[in-house]
Amino acid sequence: MRTSTDHAANEKFSAPHGKAATAGIKSGSAPERPSSARAIPGRLLGVFRSLPGPLVGLIAVMIVFSVMSPYFLTWRNLSNIVTQNADIGIMAVGAALVILIGGIDLSVGSTLALSLMTSAWLFRAVGLPFELCVVIGLAVGAAVGLANGVLSTYGRIQPFVATLATMSAAAGLALYITNGNPINDFPDWYLALTSIDVLGIPLEGIIMVATFLLAAFWLRFRPTGRALYAIGGNAEVARLSGLNVTRIKIGVYVIAGFLAALAGVIVGSRLDSAQPTAGTADLLNVIAVVVIGGASLSGGSGGMLNTFIGLLIIGVLNNGMSLLNVSPNLQPVVIGIAIIIAVLTDRASRSRQTA
Amino acid sequence: MAIEAAGSGLVGEGLIKTYSGVPVLKSVDFRVTPGNVVGLVGENGAGKSTLSSVITGVLKPDGGSMQLDGALYAPSSPAEALRQGVALIHQETRLISDLSVAENIFLGRLPTHGGRVDWDSVRREAGLILDSLGVDLDVRRPVRGLSMAMQQEIEIAKALSRKPRYVVFDEPSASLGESETEHVLDRIRALSAAGAGVVYISHRLDEVREVSDEIVCLRDGNRVAHWHSGEVAKEEIINAMVGREFTYEHIAPKPSRSQTVLEVRGLGRRGAFAGINFEVAAGEVLGIAGLVGAGRSEVVRAIAGVDRADEGQVILEGRPLRCTSPRAAIQAGVVMVPEDRKGTGLNLDRSAEENLTLPWERDLARGGLMTRKIIRRVGAIQRERFDVRGNMALPVKSMSGGNQQKILIGKWLVKDPKVLIVDEPTRGVDVGAKMAIYEIIRSLAAGGMAVIVVSSELDEVLGLSHRVMVMSRGRQQGILAREQATPQRVMALAVHSSVPNGPEPLEGPQSPSSPATTL
Repeated sequence: MRTSTDHAANEKFSAPHGKAATAGIKSGSAPERPSSARAIPGRLLGVFRSLPGPLVGLIAVMIVFSVMSPYFLTWRNLSNIVTQNADIGIMAVGAALVILIGGIDLSVGSTLALSLMTSAWLFRAVGLPFELCVVIGLAVGAAVGLANGVLSTYGRIQPFVATLATMSAAAGLALYITNGNPINDFPDWYLALTSIDVLGIPLEGIIMVATFLLAAFWLRFRPTGRALYAIGGNAEVARLSGLNVTRIKIGVYVIAGFLAALAGVIVGSRLDSAQPTAGTADLLNVIAVVVIGGASLSGGSGGMLNTFIGLLIIGVLNNGMSLLNVSPNLQPVVIGIAIIIAVLTDRASRSRQTA
Repeated sequence: MAIEAAGSGLVGEGLIKTYSGVPVLKSVDFRVTPGNVVGLVGENGAGKSTLSSVITGVLKPDGGSMQLDGALYAPSSPAEALRQGVALIHQETRLISDLSVAENIFLGRLPTHGGRVDWDSVRREAGLILDSLGVDLDVRRPVRGLSMAMQQEIEIAKALSRKPRYVVFDEPSASLGESETEHVLDRIRALSAAGAGVVYISHRLDEVREVSDEIVCLRDGNRVAHWHSGEVAKEEIINAMVGREFTYEHIAPKPSRSQTVLEVRGLGRRGAFAGINFEVAAGEVLGIAGLVGAGRSEVVRAIAGVDRADEGQVILEGRPLRCTSPRAAIQAGVVMVPEDRKGTGLNLDRSAEENLTLPWERDLARGGLMTRKIIRRVGAIQRERFDVRGNMALPVKSMSGGNQQKILIGKWLVKDPKVLIVDEPTRGVDVGAKMAIYEIIRSLAAGGMAVIVVSSELDEVLGLSHRVMVMSRGRQQGILAREQATPQRVMALAVHSSVPNGPEPLEGPQSPSSPATTL
């Protein structure tokens, strides 16, 4: 949080000279101080600085690992990184949207489990065709999202509390359906989701990237998607501007719930098993991805490209550490450090921009 | 006026402040002596607030030096400045709404007794300070829910409880009505009578002239004028501020047309206002005047669908307008420029052009898509139309107050509405931008739009409006035609308080010959 004093000072200062002061920022490097002697390193530094912070971090981590492990920089390994994190990535898209409007969704992992168990149970115990079961599972995910949205808007419960409640309820229901037992053996086409390649890329990776692209397109070009930034920045300004803030917020939670269920489809296919505890450990990873991608939990900032980079950073770190035989118990420690570094460097680059 | 002894006073010499390469103060000399009131004027961005920040330790100067009563004075923080007896009263209140009034006043230095907060003495002291200000308030109640004027009083009490020797008021009246402002001016007089040196920063020149012993004018970081008396012609000050000849005169608006656009019938909202009746014709500017808390903003908020009215109706071009949400009102062609630029008007972190398109994206989108090109174009059009200075692709907060206000108004004119409501059109903007905004409002009305202007500045309402509706305590006290609306008459109605409480015919005294006390 910025202090009130430098907030006021910033405004006062930049006020009359906005044009002059900001001209330098726009061009990225520092045109005001041309020093011909050190022009080339200066320009390189300028390019480096104009890159988004998370991307710089990703490149740095990749360079380190490719030096330390000969296996790291192989096509097989790189496509594994994307594929292995497809479920986290899909949930991170939903989480990023929710965080963008200033909310939070703690229920993603439990929603994944509940929707997956619902599909599997309908298939095994009720005997519905599996295609229909998958669709119903997705609907269950959306329904949990709807509950989150309604509770946090009409119900005026803070999103943290509302989704904490649905997280608990969904996790319990997922266990209740089969009394805690997994359901196995699904149709072949379902298992193919995570085992076939399209043009050399695993299908689940394509699904995840497509989800990111769709969300990015929506955020950038569609009025309702663009409205998320306005709502996260200042919901009252958005309301007075004629946006239906309540409906859009609910819609975002529904999307997040749906995407959690979609991630569940992938997890079930990958394991050929519906586990009632699937996904429950993913929540913190999902939020970590969004935060490393530079989104602020207070809303209004963040984007799909940065979230994707955040996903890759986590994926690369986990993968690289496994290649280097780092103890799995130490890996979360490194992720924790990465979160702190990401937030601190992000803040530094922001203050450089506003200065 | 106090005698200027050589060593006494708060003196700044050659103060320089540069902000990311841009000089904001260019070697400014400054002096305020005990018992003296120095009015500090200048357009937005002239360096007034920077100077006050330097004096009160919020900012460190890049050059120059300051002395406090002869000793070197270089405060490292506002707290340090306060300890040395220099207090700043900021234009925006910064109270913690869930804490009590007393606790806010003593925040950060609550007296303790045996390791526990001595609440008795906190309350007693806070009560005494407020009493001395003539404020009647329960010090145990939380700040939440108090009016802006009352919060400003608490802010003043908070500063005065430190018994400062020098007090800087940074636009304390920006959010206050006339009578509350008068109260602040009384405070300033009392302070200087008690021997404190006061710096008073304001855009309202009448107040500055009224209260100041000297007036200093800044322009572009330079001290361009210094009068040793408050008795300066307003035009002279304005000329010094803007650096060119300037006529502070209101042009009579073009006559309105006969066709009624908006009718308000018996509008009321519990606890806020009741019995509001008026109509606005095409090409007409209706002003709504009244003291702060009279319910002016509440009325227009209800018309624009921001709050819901409990009774009455709004009729737009002969058809009832269901103003249940801002969205409904906007779609019907009724838009409101809200008074609080930062809180409800603009998204300061987003770019100017994105702020402009926000209410209209559905209409502007081509094939359902908002492209950068469309946003750029809207930004360029509004920039040209309202003479906005600044980069439209940068966050709005990088612009000056006047340009932010133009963006805020421009945001509501991307598509021309049928009814434009402007709540405090020129709050916190400099004189140049003010004139530009008046010109915008006039030309919109001349083009046939129905305009409602709510303002705390009498000059503004009277100068812009064809007719002025005056409100007091949530009731309409009368509607005056331009020719009848003298400042005295409007004030008389505004302070009128003998409002019947029962369900009387609440038409309000429509005729100008209403029983109004003369001031």
